[in-house]
Amino acid sequence: MKIIAGSDSSLLVVFGDAISSAIEDRVRGLLYALQAKRDARISNLHPGYTSLLVDFDPLAVSHEEVAAIIESLANLPCSPVVGETKVVEIPVCYDAEFGPDLEDVSACTRLSVEEVIRLHSASSYRVCFLGFTAGFAYLGGLPEALHTPRLATPRGAVAAGSVGIAGSQTGIYPTQTPGGWRLIGRTPLRMFDPRARPPTRVQTGDRVRFSSIDRAQFDRHWQAGQ
Amino acid sequence: MTIRVLQPGLFTTVQDRGRYGYAHLGISPAGAADGMSLRIANLLVGNDDNAPGLEMTLLGATLEFLETTTIAICGADCDCRIGQQRVGANTALEVPAGSVLRCGSTTGGARIYLAAHGGIDVPRVMGSASTDVRGGFGGLEGRRLQAGDVLRLHKSGARRSPRLATGGLGFWQRSGPLRVTKGPQHDWFSAEAHAQFLAAAYTVSQQSDRAGLRLTGPPVTLRESKQLLTDGIPLGAIQVPQDGQPIILFVDQQTTGGYPKIANVIAADRYRVGQLRPRDTVRFAEVSIGDAIEALRAQEHWLKCLADGGD
Repeated sequence: MKIIAGSDSSLLVVFGDAISSAIEDRVRGLLYALQAKRDARISNLHPGYTSLLVDFDPLAVSHEEVAAIIESLANLPCSPVVGETKVVEIPVCYDAEFGPDLEDVSACTRLSVEEVIRLHSASSYRVCFLGFTAGFAYLGGLPEALHTPRLATPRGAVAAGSVGIAGSQTGIYPTQTPGGWRLIGRTPLRMFDPRARPPTRVQTGDRVRFSSIDRAQFDRHWQAGQ
Repeated sequence: MTIRVLQPGLFTTVQDRGRYGYAHLGISPAGAADGMSLRIANLLVGNDDNAPGLEMTLLGATLEFLETTTIAICGADCDCRIGQQRVGANTALEVPAGSVLRCGSTTGGARIYLAAHGGIDVPRVMGSASTDVRGGFGGLEGRRLQAGDVLRLHKSGARRSPRLATGGLGFWQRSGPLRVTKGPQHDWFSAEAHAQFLAAAYTVSQQSDRAGLRLTGPPVTLRESKQLLTDGIPLGAIQVPQDGQPIILFVDQQTTGGYPKIANVIAADRYRVGQLRPRDTVRFAEVSIGDAIEALRAQEHWLKCLADGGD
C-alpha cells in the first residue's frame, strides 16, 4: 500500500497496479472502514480499481493525520464482515434499437448477435465500484470472448439505461450522458433515483446478473417505472 | 417571500457550497463554481454562508421581487439594474416589492451570484440544495431556471449586516497565475513537460462548463504511453488526455476517470476557476502543499472576519 498526496485536500491510497478481486477487496475494506468512522473531517471517498481517493478538510486535519488513520485501518484484517453478497437482477432488452453497436460487437468478437446476447446475459458480474457519474457502476467479469474496444469517437448523448461494453468492462448508463462504450441493450429500470435510499440500485460489492427481456416486457417495465 | 423568474439568462441554477459525502456513488459536489462570491453575497445579506443562492452564467437573469427583499450581488462584473438605477455589487440592498432586477452580460468574469435574505427555499437532496444538472436533482427540480419559475425564500429573522470596508474585497480578487500543487500522476510527465506546462499560456476553449474547462495551448506529453486504471479525481484536478491539452475538472466533475493528473488547482484558488470564461488566458504556478493550505487558512480567516463584522 502506498499513500500519496492527491491535492492540498486529498490523499490517494494505492493498493496495486493491476485489476484483481483481492485488490478490489482491499479498496472496499478501506472504504467501509472509513465510512464506519463517520469522521466529519473526511468529506468524500472515491474508490477506483486499485485505489481509494480520500478527500478531507485540510484546515481540520493534516495530511499526516489522515495518513495515520488510513494506516491504522488498512492494517486491520482485510475484508470486514459484509454479510452475504447481494445479487441484483437487471432486465435488459437487447433489441437492435437499444443496442446500435450489437452488430459491431458481433463483428469484433466473431460471434453471432444471438451468441453475444446469450454470453452477456449468462454471466455474473461484480460491481467493482461506482464512479464517473451518479450511479454508474463499473462491472467486472465480462467474458473474454466479448471484450471489445470502445468507440473511436464517443456519442454526444447516450440514453439513460443503456448497457455498454468497453474493453473488459460492462456497465449501465444511469442518466443521459455523453459516452464512448459500445451499446448492446437497455434496461427499463431506473438505476439512479435521488429520492431513494440508497439512491443507486447497485452498490459496490454487489453482484449483477442481466436477464434478457423482449420489447413488450421492456415497455411494460418502463411504463410501470415512470 | 418570492421571486419570479421573468428571463432565466443563459444558464442559471440554485447552488450552495455543494454536496459532499456521495462521491462513492459517483455523485460530484456541484455547488457554486465561485464559492467565494456566493459565500460573500450570503454574508452581506446576513445569511449562513452555505445558504442557497443563484448562480448566473455569462448572461444574467431578469427577476421580479414580489415582496420587499434584501439581496446582494457578487462575482463577475455585470451591469445590473432596477429600472434605470444601477445596482452595485458587493453590497446589501433592500429591493422594494414589485421591483424588476435585470442582470446583463458579464464583462470581467463568467458568473454572477445573487443571495437573498433567508436563502432560496428548495428541498435539500443528500444534504445540499445545489443543482446537479446531469443527475437531474437538487436545486429547483434538478434543472436550470426557466421563465415563469417562482422561487420562495426561507423566512428568517432580523438581518445582521457585516460592516465591510470597501478595500477589503481586494484580498480575494487575486490575479496572476492559478496556483497548483503536484498531481497524483505528476511523475508520469518528464521534468521538461512540467517546465513547459508551468511556462505556457493556455486559452480556455468554448467547450467548457461546470464539469471542466478545456484548455488549448502547447501539448503536455506523457513520458511514455501507458493506460491509467480508472481512479478518483480530486476537486480541481488538471488531467491530460492523449492529445496533451489539459482539462481543469471542477464542481460538476466526474468522480473517477482514466487520464493522468499532472497538477491540482489549490483549494484557495478554486473559486477563480469559476470565473474563467472562454478565450481567457490561464497560466499556472506551482506551490507546495504547505503553502496551499496556508493560503486557504488566510482566506477562511478573512471570511470569518467578514462574517463577524456585524457584531
